[in-house]
Amino acid sequence: MKQFFVFVRKECYHIFRDKRTLLILFGMPLVLIVLFGFAITNEIHHVQIAVLDQSRDSYSQRLVQKMTASRYFTVNRYLSGEKDIEPAFRQGDVKMVMVIPNRFAHDFFHEKKAAIQLLTDASDPNTATTLINYANSMIMQYQQELTGELKLPLTISGEVQMVYNPSLKGVFLFVPGVMTLILMLVSAMMTSITITREKELGTMEILLVSPLKPVMIIAGKVIPYIVLSFLIALIILAMGAWVFAMPVKGSLLLLLLECILFGLTALSLGILISSVTNSQQTAMMISLMGLMLPTILLSGFVFPLESMPKALQVVANAIPAKWFNIILKDVMLKGMGLRQVWMPTLILCGMTVFFLAVSIRKFKIRLS
Amino acid sequence: MQPIIVENIHKSFGDVKALHDISFTIGEGELFGLIGPDGAGKSTLFRILATLLLADEGNAKVNGRDVVKEYRTIRREVGYMPGRFSLYQDLTIEENLNFFATIFNTTVEENYELIKEIYEQIAPFAKRPAGKLSGGMKQKLALCCALVHKPKVLFLDEPTTGVDPVSRKEFWDMLQRLKTKGIPILVSTPYMDEAVLCDRVALIQKGAIMQINTPANIVAGFGMPVWAMKAKNIYRLIHDLRAFKGVLSCYAFGEYLHVTLDTELDDVKAYLAPLGHEALEIKPAAPGIEDAFMQLMQEQNELT
Amino acid sequence: MNNNAIVTKDLTKRFGDFTATNAITFEVGQGEIFGFLGANGAGKTTAMRMLCGLLKPSSGEAKVAGYDIYTQTEQIKKRIGYMSQKFSLYEDLTVKENIRFYGGIYGLSNRQIKEKTRQLLARLQLEKEAGHLVSSLPLGWKQKLSFSIAVLHDPSIVFLDEPTGGVDPITRRQFWDLIYESADKGVTIFVTTHYMDEAEYCNRISIMVDGKIKALDTPSGLKKQYNAGSMNDVFLQLARAKS
Repeated sequence: MKQFFVFVRKECYHIFRDKRTLLILFGMPLVLIVLFGFAITNEIHHVQIAVLDQSRDSYSQRLVQKMTASRYFTVNRYLSGEKDIEPAFRQGDVKMVMVIPNRFAHDFFHEKKAAIQLLTDASDPNTATTLINYANSMIMQYQQELTGELKLPLTISGEVQMVYNPSLKGVFLFVPGVMTLILMLVSAMMTSITITREKELGTMEILLVSPLKPVMIIAGKVIPYIVLSFLIALIILAMGAWVFAMPVKGSLLLLLLECILFGLTALSLGILISSVTNSQQTAMMISLMGLMLPTILLSGFVFPLESMPKALQVVANAIPAKWFNIILKDVMLKGMGLRQVWMPTLILCGMTVFFLAVSIRKFKIRLS
Repeated sequence: MQPIIVENIHKSFGDVKALHDISFTIGEGELFGLIGPDGAGKSTLFRILATLLLADEGNAKVNGRDVVKEYRTIRREVGYMPGRFSLYQDLTIEENLNFFATIFNTTVEENYELIKEIYEQIAPFAKRPAGKLSGGMKQKLALCCALVHKPKVLFLDEPTTGVDPVSRKEFWDMLQRLKTKGIPILVSTPYMDEAVLCDRVALIQKGAIMQINTPANIVAGFGMPVWAMKAKNIYRLIHDLRAFKGVLSCYAFGEYLHVTLDTELDDVKAYLAPLGHEALEIKPAAPGIEDAFMQLMQEQNELT
Repeated sequence: MNNNAIVTKDLTKRFGDFTATNAITFEVGQGEIFGFLGANGAGKTTAMRMLCGLLKPSSGEAKVAGYDIYTQTEQIKKRIGYMSQKFSLYEDLTVKENIRFYGGIYGLSNRQIKEKTRQLLARLQLEKEAGHLVSSLPLGWKQKLSFSIAVLHDPSIVFLDEPTGGVDPITRRQFWDLIYESADKGVTIFVTTHYMDEAEYCNRISIMVDGKIKALDTPSGLKKQYNAGSMNDVFLQLARAKS
């Protein structure tokens, strides 16, 4: 046991003497959160729209007023005919065009059914989807106002988001995302690099020849990183809470346990990577390309999974980050407990056990 | 019991034959040298003996234990310094040593007697990170780390490569003293001049052992007289000598050329006389390990 | 003096308060084989880097191939060749591709490169291996090839940093044959080595200890001066004296 303790201490020396890496590890979460929280936002805020009002009655005007009364939309211009629609988009500032057909009010009251056309600039599909959702929900509200007592079920997905994230703050989605990303980076990339570094130095040969069991070597190397990633998770949570007033509606204990679980999943991936490669450079490339990119692209953190092709959605199931992201959102934003998030938790546990088993099988007691 | 027994070891990596039919034994307290250039297969052999690689054929015993079946025991009993071993650069001398002592289940104090002499030379820098030490000091620290658990056998893979002559000499002095403590040492080196410092050596080239013997016997077995020659323009002398049929080999050795002949020396003198070499000097020379190595290399090349 | 390939005067390089090379003064004649010896960390590499125009000296003067090492590093780089044990060739390129690449770097014309490639392959008897990857060659061949490429552009000086480490004794001598051949053509050879017998092959040798040149003479002159049987003894005496 003393051997093990000494091993962990040695690993801590490595970590704390490498000031530059340490700075990156702790600085990166701050930078990412600030970046995602303030600069790169996908919030809807005073989006420029154009209106082609062919009805020109008080009802259509009230609808337009309702849209602009929210902070979400600003009417950039009124169009005079359908031929103006395309030029409006081409000029660039207009992201959505709302076409209110002739006899809008008449159709609504007499035919019980009126159509409104929403055209969006789908060159940015995510924004387009969000805009449609917002606009739809506003039209629904308007419809409710008009019909007065008529009850309509709220079934639009945009509404779901608004319920749990009432101010529609992008940062609430990004905090879990950044946390996933950083935990993946620290745990998987750092462990794979630190293990391959020993191989490059030639010290791995000595460690293998020593009475230390391989399991001890690996555990001794990763434990400091578990602690490190847990600290970083705490920092991100604290930043989310203090800077962005991000709520943790569910149990904090559950949340922290889930963080540790995901840290373990990522560590097991890191160990797996280090068992198949011998150089730090390759380990880094594999971690970046094989783990970071899928984590960013396929976890639903930047790009909504729902708008991806079926095939990619299937692939995303194999990405641990996807499940962790679901857990984080459910626990932090929806206040769910283990009873609701048992499935993704179980999937993460399964993945961890699987990766660990494979890497233990792969770990060589010899050099080849 | 022979501490190290190697029998008919073969090892290939893909098409490359790294080791071909290697056999030798090392006796109690013997300092045994593996002499050969880079790529001769020395490191592969070390790794097989240190239980880090499996041989394709043949078997080996270290302290009477089989390197495949009893690898766990061997790992506790050997001190191994790999060829590219460079310690933890960011840990100090003290920390490195303590670390390796602990993972081998011992303490520096317990076996301090063994490393005392070596450690005292680097002790003034105990708080300095290993990365900031000179090449010679790194080697000393690495040797301390390999010795700290009082191994029964010591494997040193090219401990003096890239180290300056002064540190090399110091290192070999340390090995001589360790030998007196009864630890058998297997050491490899590409420097031929270090062969004479071993009790016995194996000359190894292209994965095969060309000869095993004491340095003195290897030199004695050279079997033909060697002439040392030099002139003012040594480059021209080499050319002229190599152009002469009676010259078997002609290689530069320090300031002289070492020349072997299959004719009388007077024939060579007669050949050189009209060529007008300034300050021509010819005298008998004693062959060294390097002469022997090159002779064996040539024989090996002719065979293949 | 103007015909000297390298002239230095009180050349000094300090890193912080550590003086890596301390006021070294020496001259190397054109076509001379100059051995630059010293223990690890004695300041050889630093001095060599300054002469190659890779490091700016802290003080002192030096001219390489007649060019000032402060202001004319570009001209110097065109006139020198460089080879070290660590960096030599691209392992994943073939022999021919490596020659082409280095020829191209030094601005040789296609016709020159073709001609030089032919000569070089013939000289090293590597014609059959021209299309092989460098990684498949034995170490000794790589080093010989690497040297030949370092002198491909007919430099007036070539710097060799431990060129023969780990090479077998026959190939090591073949390597020195190449060095002699180049020196015979008038190329200045500036070489560092840990093999003391190789030091004897040099016309003159300098031995650096703790950043200073402690001895500079012909091998036989040094042996006489230190009353030693071999260069190894000379070196040990000098390097020991410091402590």
